[in-house]
Amino acid sequence: MSSTTTGTEGRGAETPQADGRTPVLEGRKLSKSYGHVRAMVDADFELMPGEVLAVIGDNGAGKSTLVKALSGAVTPDKGELLLDGKPVTFRSPIEARALGIETVYQDLAVAPALDIASNLFLGRELRRSGPLGSLLRMVDARAMRDEAQHQLDALGVRIPDVRQPVESLSGGQRQSVAVARAAAFATKLVIMDEPTAALGVRESGMVLDLIRRISARGLPVMLISHNMPHVFDIADRIHIHRLGSRVAVVSPRTHTMSDAVAIMTGAARPEDVGGRSHYDERAQGRQRARSTDGSDGPPTPADRVNPEGGEGAGSVP
Amino acid sequence: MSESTAAAAARPPGRSAADPPPGGAAPPASERRQALGRALRNPLVGPLAALLVAVVLFTLMTDTFATAGNASLILQQSIVIGTLALGQTLIILTAGIDLANGAIAVLGTIVMAKFVFEGGNPLTALLLGLTITVVLGAISGLLVTRLGLPPFIVTLGMLTVVYAIARLYSESRSYSVSEPLLRFWGQGTTLGGVRITWGTLLLLVVFTVFWFALARTSWGRHVYAVGNAPEAARLVGIKVNRTILSVYVAAGALYGLAAWQALGRIPNADPNAYQTANLDSITAVVIGGTSLFGGRGSVVGTLIGALIVGVLRSGLTQAGIDNLYQDLATGVLVIVAVSLDQASRRRAAR
Repeated sequence: MSSTTTGTEGRGAETPQADGRTPVLEGRKLSKSYGHVRAMVDADFELMPGEVLAVIGDNGAGKSTLVKALSGAVTPDKGELLLDGKPVTFRSPIEARALGIETVYQDLAVAPALDIASNLFLGRELRRSGPLGSLLRMVDARAMRDEAQHQLDALGVRIPDVRQPVESLSGGQRQSVAVARAAAFATKLVIMDEPTAALGVRESGMVLDLIRRISARGLPVMLISHNMPHVFDIADRIHIHRLGSRVAVVSPRTHTMSDAVAIMTGAARPEDVGGRSHYDERAQGRQRARSTDGSDGPPTPADRVNPEGGEGAGSVP
Repeated sequence: MSESTAAAAARPPGRSAADPPPGGAAPPASERRQALGRALRNPLVGPLAALLVAVVLFTLMTDTFATAGNASLILQQSIVIGTLALGQTLIILTAGIDLANGAIAVLGTIVMAKFVFEGGNPLTALLLGLTITVVLGAISGLLVTRLGLPPFIVTLGMLTVVYAIARLYSESRSYSVSEPLLRFWGQGTTLGGVRITWGTLLLLVVFTVFWFALARTSWGRHVYAVGNAPEAARLVGIKVNRTILSVYVAAGALYGLAAWQALGRIPNADPNAYQTANLDSITAVVIGGTSLFGGRGSVVGTLIGALIVGVLRSGLTQAGIDNLYQDLATGVLVIVAVSLDQASRRRAAR
């Protein structure tokens, strides 16, 4: 289908996409109820190769249920999950991880008393070769240190000594270790659930830089965040979640923060806001809006954006 | 230690191979300072210093302390509490605590001794005793993991129950043991005039085994992670409950070993023996620098802690100081150790 403004729901139902590419991870009509509470209602989702997709939504919109469904922490009651176009089901985060989906959490993700190298390989320790490793489960501490240092260096995380306990690091460095761990093991995508929520301005900047570097490697990133400037700074596309499902996918190139917030809170319908069409955006390439308002012009009602995010698929080169 | 210097030497090339991080090339002087800082931050420094001070002090105070014979005796006296403290260390590392370890070991001695007393085969008696301590450890572990009960409460209950069983089963009497198999660890050899019991050697072997398991295997890392940050451990796919259960089972096996060791030292199974062994084992663990909050500590520290208690007891006795001062000194050490742990945790949290 053409990625104009005509498409409605179910645009993602026919893979491959308009440009012939298959989403790395796709959710179709995912639903999940807890008793009478419908946390997720026919929610669609897709993450395209190489992109940074931000997921925003008000408190209680069902973002975290969506994240849990995608990271394996929750199994949806209904709906379909496709990884590289193939149907998958995760019964636990461990199963999702085994398929190459790594998740970074706001906190709780590292063991402060253990050193950096141990944390990077926690639960996936490198073992010695031979019977020492297979029989005695002996770890190869040196290989883990070297590999940890290599991973951190490759991502530009400045850590003098990987034998330091994680608790000796700043909050941003700790989160960097968690992000580096995800990047080191993810083969398909990285999910980041509010990775900067507990961090200060400079430290958040560190983590955002990391996300850029990971994305530059070609690994798609799904970023859940409340922080609009961060979202508009880094995202290629923005998935807006409201009342348990996706109401729109917008681009920082075409929508302002207030547009996004208006859609998110229900103050505006997706088709009533937004600046440029995706054609303008394509013409301009992928230069991201730097300014905090992220707007490139006054919203023109004529340039409506597909409420189901039809423009989005084309926004990734 | 040689391993860590090797790793330090291996690091710079790995660093230059990757994207050059700004300020990555640290001068050797700061590397050395880093290594020194790491050594001083090692939590074993405090306990080791305390042990050395005590040894030096008693050597100066008495003529009899610094003899090979006395060292051998101190080791022998530390065996049972040391082995119990090893199991206690494992559990405390998972942020648990075991108040029942002494009672479990005592029941073990009674099962072994009474079975033989009633004409049973000594080997069967031994295996029966060991099995019972493992099962009791597993029960504590299951109550902690399946029902999610606090270890303190679980083992407080186990303490009372097991003590009652021991008294019921023994009919509140003691059983002396003459079987060589059950007394084996009290036997030994004489080396250069110094008596070395097999039990002393076993103690060192068992500590080495668990040092290796904790410091060098993935199981060990999971034990630390589970105690330090259970949620983080779960999120990275560590089977938290299974790890905790394995710790209680291993501790139960160690308590069985402690029971066997106890019969070697004093060939008499008494339901009223080792009444304070649970607290003594906690004392050794805490003095050894292991955190009661879990996730920090080592079995080497526990061995040092057990030796400190043994050295204090022996030294103060030989210096002619009242027994009560031994308790006083031990109590002060416990408080000092816990305050140091708290202070270092607060520093880390900052």
